[in-house]
Amino acid sequence: MAWNVKPEELLQYDYKVPSKNWMDVPPEFHPGNWCYPGKPEIVNYLNDATHGKFPHAHQWVPTDEDWKLPENWREIVKKAFSERLDKYRSFKVFMDICVRCGACADKCHFYIGGGDPKNMPVLRAELLRSIYRGEFTLAGKLLGKLAGARKLEEDVIKEWFLYFYQCTECRRCSLFCPYGIDTAEITMMAREILHELGLNINWILEPAANSNRTGNHMGIQPHAYYDMMQFMVDDIEDITGVKVNCPVNEKGHEVLFITPSGDIFADPGTYTYMGYLMLFHEIGLDYTWSTYASEGGNFGLFTSDSMMKKLNAKMYAEAKRLGVKYIIGGECGHMWRVINQYMDTMNGPSPLETPVSPITGTRFENAASTGMIHITEFTADLMKHNKLKLDPSRNDHLRVTFHDSCNPARAMGLLDEPRYVIKNVCNNFFEMPEDTIREKTFCCAGGSGLNTDEFMEMRMRGGLPRGNALRYVQEKHDVNMLATICAIDRATLPPLANYWAPGVDVTGVHELVANALVMDGEKKRETNLRGEDLPNVE
Amino acid sequence: MNALYSLFLVFALILIALLGAGAMGMHTLFGVIIPYLAIALFFAGIVTKVIGWAKSPVPFRIPTTGGQQLSHGWIKHDKYDNPTTGWQVFVRMVLEVLFFRSLFRNLAVQRFGSTEDGVDMKVRYASAKWLWLFALIFHYSFLIVFVRHFRLFTNPVPAFLTGIEWADGFLQLGAPTLYITDATLVLGVTLLLFRRVLLPQVRYISQVADFFPLFLILSVACSGILLRFFAKTDVMSIKEITMGLFSFNPPAAMPEVGVVFYVHLFLVCVLLAYFPMSKLMHMGGVFLSPTRNLANNNRAKRHINPWNDPTVKAHSYTDYENEFREKMIEAGLPVEKTLEQAETEAQ
Repeated sequence: MAWNVKPEELLQYDYKVPSKNWMDVPPEFHPGNWCYPGKPEIVNYLNDATHGKFPHAHQWVPTDEDWKLPENWREIVKKAFSERLDKYRSFKVFMDICVRCGACADKCHFYIGGGDPKNMPVLRAELLRSIYRGEFTLAGKLLGKLAGARKLEEDVIKEWFLYFYQCTECRRCSLFCPYGIDTAEITMMAREILHELGLNINWILEPAANSNRTGNHMGIQPHAYYDMMQFMVDDIEDITGVKVNCPVNEKGHEVLFITPSGDIFADPGTYTYMGYLMLFHEIGLDYTWSTYASEGGNFGLFTSDSMMKKLNAKMYAEAKRLGVKYIIGGECGHMWRVINQYMDTMNGPSPLETPVSPITGTRFENAASTGMIHITEFTADLMKHNKLKLDPSRNDHLRVTFHDSCNPARAMGLLDEPRYVIKNVCNNFFEMPEDTIREKTFCCAGGSGLNTDEFMEMRMRGGLPRGNALRYVQEKHDVNMLATICAIDRATLPPLANYWAPGVDVTGVHELVANALVMDGEKKRETNLRGEDLPNVE
Repeated sequence: MNALYSLFLVFALILIALLGAGAMGMHTLFGVIIPYLAIALFFAGIVTKVIGWAKSPVPFRIPTTGGQQLSHGWIKHDKYDNPTTGWQVFVRMVLEVLFFRSLFRNLAVQRFGSTEDGVDMKVRYASAKWLWLFALIFHYSFLIVFVRHFRLFTNPVPAFLTGIEWADGFLQLGAPTLYITDATLVLGVTLLLFRRVLLPQVRYISQVADFFPLFLILSVACSGILLRFFAKTDVMSIKEITMGLFSFNPPAAMPEVGVVFYVHLFLVCVLLAYFPMSKLMHMGGVFLSPTRNLANNNRAKRHINPWNDPTVKAHSYTDYENEFREKMIEAGLPVEKTLEQAETEAQ
């Protein structure tokens, strides 16, 4: 990692604004504040897969003067803009009704940690709105700058690329806006328009392409996926003495389980993956995994509605093929944004039934139509009915806090279920300050497909609010473990914690569950899933 | 700069009214034609705008959830910040529209500590309810002032209007009695203006279109106060004009009411005509905001997207297995077709 600015250097910024009008401040690209462009072959693959939704693949670099835009780029932008105004009421209304009160300004983690005024959500939206006024409103056409309108120049496109890939679509600003203007919605539109010019980032497109072909973002092929699972089964046996059941691509089970592929691919997600295997084995769940639908996450959400739909469609297709009654979804943030707010609409009507827990008989009426429930909804219910034997003292060396991921918090409202689960398996649980959790939670600064290493400066800046809150509980309560229910969080929070609150580690919730889970026929547990000695073992 | 532009713009408007209705005596133009035109523009503009919004569908149900979802019976559901029924959405909207619920949440970021502390440089969040308070003062004052004006269009004046007037003037200061909302309206606008000018970040994002409505409303309020307390205008003559306008039967010869009335009326007309094409449309837009007016019940009830594209399909399992069949069989994974079957089919 080439980027190595120290925290004290990164903190040399303020919230002062330039004396110049923001329209006269050109976008500035420097290492650490932008992501690498999409590779032409990947863009072309997706363009074929989507029948032309990713046109104009070309080689370009943001730091170059010439971005090699297509000849008629202005027409393309205007057409794409106006199509989306007609397709999305949200977009149209949000273009019109902002009063620039500034309530959202200091709610963005990138603004808080960087001070660039164009990271104020209001100004981020103005980047688009100024063009909207200039192109689509009479006042803007007549009065120009006086009406807050500007001309569509190449610099505007560059600015869009810079700032709409400095938004993690976390929606924190939307919570504080008196009209609920949602920057995520605006960022999505802007990114869709940029795709039409062949401008995209590789960190989003390559996973999307992988997911389309191999079933998951990481590009893990079925046999390799199955191998990795076998490894985990062996590891679990070494630690617990129990050989867990590991059904894959099997027909005729009651439940299909889908989790983000980040969980099988890298630590600490892998321990959470082991946790799922152990829990389902222990309760004797009649279920299967799938290699074809081996990705809960959906990088399509960060590209366009049709890409999101295409990737998400696998879930129902596979559920149908395998003949399951319902789906349980693993710990993942944006995956749940898609499932909770888009899936049924895009790919329904669902072939599934209202989920009923085979262990407790609880009917999940809140998922009656979609037929898909969150694993913490499922596990919390098991715990409430005392269906699990737990020994929370095995987690006594951990002092745990919980990070609410943006999407479960602000696009779902899954707040108390994970907390209930954690409190059942940990004796030491502490909350971060209330303005930084639950619906007011701060992003990890790597959401919406920006969790790439070349973006590290912005990630650490955007990570300041979360890091700061973490540091606070670390100093106050000796917190040493940050629990989270999101695979991107599990990838982005370790470097963030390391930077802002060194000494705090990151875990998934079901890793904590698995460590506390007393399994039938287990040997004396001496280590946790990470191979570390358990506390209080004589 | 933008603030000054807006101020000059409002001065220019006042000057137009002074010259037109005052010096040049164009009473019918300023007392009849312009008001009718402004009201027509106001309604036509609003209807056009709202229909324009409504024509675009709501493809997805995307409420911003501000609290705990409806889950197990033993987990407390945050009904009004995360609504699941129409009634709960209605309450959420009421809280939003009448009490500015979201603004009430507002926080302000502060940095403290010093860089010498290195990593210990901290941010904290202080409650920041000023904007909420200013906005509330302003909007409610404006509403009551607006409602009070209906005494000019009604005969006899309904009891609730007299009630409002009585309550609004209960301080019994001065003669004619000072209305509290006259003062608080001016106060509210002034506070919002000061906030916009004095906070560097807010000033940075402010446009002419942000200052202009504030100055315009301020000038409307001030000319109204001038009319009532200082210009001592004959209210009966004004009522004759307003009742005439309202019954589409304007007086043939305008009674003598003084130039301040025309200035006040003209500024109101400009506000009405400007309203639909400005940010003031947030009044209508807030009701159509998909992140606030929708229930978070997507998993329980299917939402339909009118332009959902049925041609967008997943990369099929068949294509997937065709690509990886050999490796899957080798790894011991179940397949739909053996290698032989696939072979035969391919021929």
